[in-house]
Amino acid sequence: MGELRLMKGNEVIAEAAIRCGCDGYFGYPITPQSEVMETLMEREPWNETGMVVLQAESEVASINMLYGAAGSGKKVMTSSSSPGISLMSEGISYIAGAELPCVIVNVQRGGPGLGTIQPSQADYFQSTKGGGHGDYRLIVLAPSSVQEMNDFVDLSFELAFKYRNPAMILTDGVIGQMMEKVELSDFKPRMSPNEIEKKYGSWATLGKPKNRGRNIITSLEMDSHRMEVNNRRFQEKYKQMEELEVRYEEIQCDDADYVLVAFGSSARICQKAVDIARNNGLKVGLLRPITLFPFPKKPIGELAKRVKGFLTVEMNAGQMVEDVQLAVAKTKCSVPVEYFGRMGGIVPTPLEVVEALKQKLIGG
Amino acid sequence: MTEEIIIAGFGGQGVLSMGKILAYSGVMANQEVSWFPSYGPEMRGGTANVTVILSDNRISSPIVNEFDTAIILNQQSMDKFEKTVKPGGVLIYDPNGIIHPPKRKDINIYKIEGTLIAAEMGNVKTFNMVVLGAYLKAKPVVKMESVDLGLQKSLPPRHHKLIPLNLAAIQKGYEMVEKVQSA
Amino acid sequence: MQITDIINPENLVYEKPKLLTSNTMHYCPGCSHGVVHKLLAEVIEELGIQEKTIGVSPVGCGVFAYNYIDIDWQEAAHGRAPAVACGISRTNPDKVVFTYQGDGDLASIGTGEIMHACNRGDDFVVIFINNGIYGMTGGQMAPTTLLGQVTATTPCGRDAAMNGYPLKITELIAQLPGTSYVTRQSVHTPAAIRKCKKAIAKAFTSAQEKKGTAFVEVVSTCNMNWKLPPVEANQWMEENMFPFYPPGDMKDGSKHDIHPNNTVKS
Repeated sequence: MGELRLMKGNEVIAEAAIRCGCDGYFGYPITPQSEVMETLMEREPWNETGMVVLQAESEVASINMLYGAAGSGKKVMTSSSSPGISLMSEGISYIAGAELPCVIVNVQRGGPGLGTIQPSQADYFQSTKGGGHGDYRLIVLAPSSVQEMNDFVDLSFELAFKYRNPAMILTDGVIGQMMEKVELSDFKPRMSPNEIEKKYGSWATLGKPKNRGRNIITSLEMDSHRMEVNNRRFQEKYKQMEELEVRYEEIQCDDADYVLVAFGSSARICQKAVDIARNNGLKVGLLRPITLFPFPKKPIGELAKRVKGFLTVEMNAGQMVEDVQLAVAKTKCSVPVEYFGRMGGIVPTPLEVVEALKQKLIGG
Repeated sequence: MTEEIIIAGFGGQGVLSMGKILAYSGVMANQEVSWFPSYGPEMRGGTANVTVILSDNRISSPIVNEFDTAIILNQQSMDKFEKTVKPGGVLIYDPNGIIHPPKRKDINIYKIEGTLIAAEMGNVKTFNMVVLGAYLKAKPVVKMESVDLGLQKSLPPRHHKLIPLNLAAIQKGYEMVEKVQSA
Repeated sequence: MQITDIINPENLVYEKPKLLTSNTMHYCPGCSHGVVHKLLAEVIEELGIQEKTIGVSPVGCGVFAYNYIDIDWQEAAHGRAPAVACGISRTNPDKVVFTYQGDGDLASIGTGEIMHACNRGDDFVVIFINNGIYGMTGGQMAPTTLLGQVTATTPCGRDAAMNGYPLKITELIAQLPGTSYVTRQSVHTPAAIRKCKKAIAKAFTSAQEKKGTAFVEVVSTCNMNWKLPPVEANQWMEENMFPFYPPGDMKDGSKHDIHPNNTVKS
């Protein structure tokens, strides 16, 4: 068993980065995620593992520092919160277009605009459908506990390198700011350029030896036909992710008449709502998507064949509900899919969820 | 056992660190714990609060509507959180700075002169530990040994020399708390 | 006599630098980019750093620099080359990194990135091509466009009241303690080309020695968008650009020279 600590979600992101052999972190302060960089600066990992930590002049610069370092085959990450992720979106699109691996943590706050610093899940569309320009996808993981904040850092890097694609940990102010018990991962050494090359191929720009051609990291292709070929390759990759990388958790769904669908901190609220509902004699379960892209369409489709209705619970105006509706529509089952949520930084309470379930699906 | 606690007061009173020490004590006693603070610039000198949950089982929601215990350290927090205590639950308050004492009749109310006691002990910073002692008397959810270990874990090593003082303050609060109403 | 009789080693007086690829350059005839590319290829070859040099190309006419110099390259988003170079050089301190940027990329959309990279003293080289106009997008005003200069977006000439003043960004950069060597060069005569090559070599050496950001501006021509034949473009540059952007070294030092006296007393 690894080391057991009481830590904030944001602090754990930093610690997990050091322990999984991350080569660099570039970021810019923004509430509610500033503890990530603060923890790294306090820990001084450059003395311990050689990991680089730099406070950039902006989110725009941070993401482009990631581009450069990732392009040289390094395991690098950044973290920010919603407005900062918007600023990074240009760079994220370039990273996806240049097929580089990196990890981006979004500790969401409420928008639009400067919005609020309180928790929100309103960047679901931005994270899962694009955000920047062009047809690209991020691998999106949604931790719902501080433990998963730890576990998903390493996992995100693995997936990012496997697919040469940016991966995002989409969390929010609740998980970022709260402390829970966490079993920290063991230390893994940073990978040498040779190890990276052996494991993931020789595409990084580390200086051109005589025995190979130039490695060029770019998203540019002026020839439309070749650009279409690139796009087809990206789409093929995203399809493969949908086949292989779907992750989710079902809680008390076996005998459920009604299923709540919620991710991240909302899923925690819903766990309590399930308990309350079951104490009231209602057979309610929870499906928690862990990967938001790829989205767990199949398990939702399976449940659609036997349940009486779905209620998504989101801290936004109803975004993931569209994906659940699509998943259900594909099965041609006429099961109602409803949404309940709060916005503006308000976290829904378990009782509100149970009330919404009764009103929107059960009746009475 | 599940104990859901709100600790609320001014920023600077040590509200968050009291919660952290309590949560770490729970960890040391092998309990499941969660600690969720109010955060952001509104804390700087404004109100601060933290929800701490200790449980023998996996904690579902770290955010709850009502509490088994409310520890209330200023008037704004009294106005906001007195009504969130479950019937039969516990409210602990320091009368210093409280203009309108709690009115609920269906809860257990404890009073602790934390500000005065800490001042008498010669270190006003121990205020939050005096209040923690009062809480542990009203609700012995963790043993004193666990609190000692919790202090060691949650304070950075350079502050470990302060642990005896903190323990003394906890002890003082434990002794001086006064039950003013039974539910 | 056949041409093959002439092509033999003893008749060789000049050859293309080995690091220049045989790709046909897309630059317009008379453009300064080709000359600067050649100098870069020569310097990298002569310093023997091909196997550890990584170039960062901009958005602008220089975007395809990676087609012409036979080293590893990254192509950056518009203006972000210094951030990209920072990411590479910080995580690969044993490599030699340079950015290649135009005036729109470096002095307009990327002002923030270049200022902060130079202020941090990131150890890479910046090659800054200043021709006072946007080449790739078709001759629009650049931050370095001279007052009165006609461009596609200043058809009556740049007007200070409307567009502000030409930006002497290299002078600003030279003020930053993170820079090591800051110079302004040109490549319009053989003498200027030789000088410019020396400056580029010095910049690469200085970055390798971790003295800070080394910055080489090359005042350049864009005869296509200036709408002037190459020779006249060179003359126009001397007459109009040089008075405002005078060639010469602005700083020769190291980021380590600086011992700021404004450090807080702890």
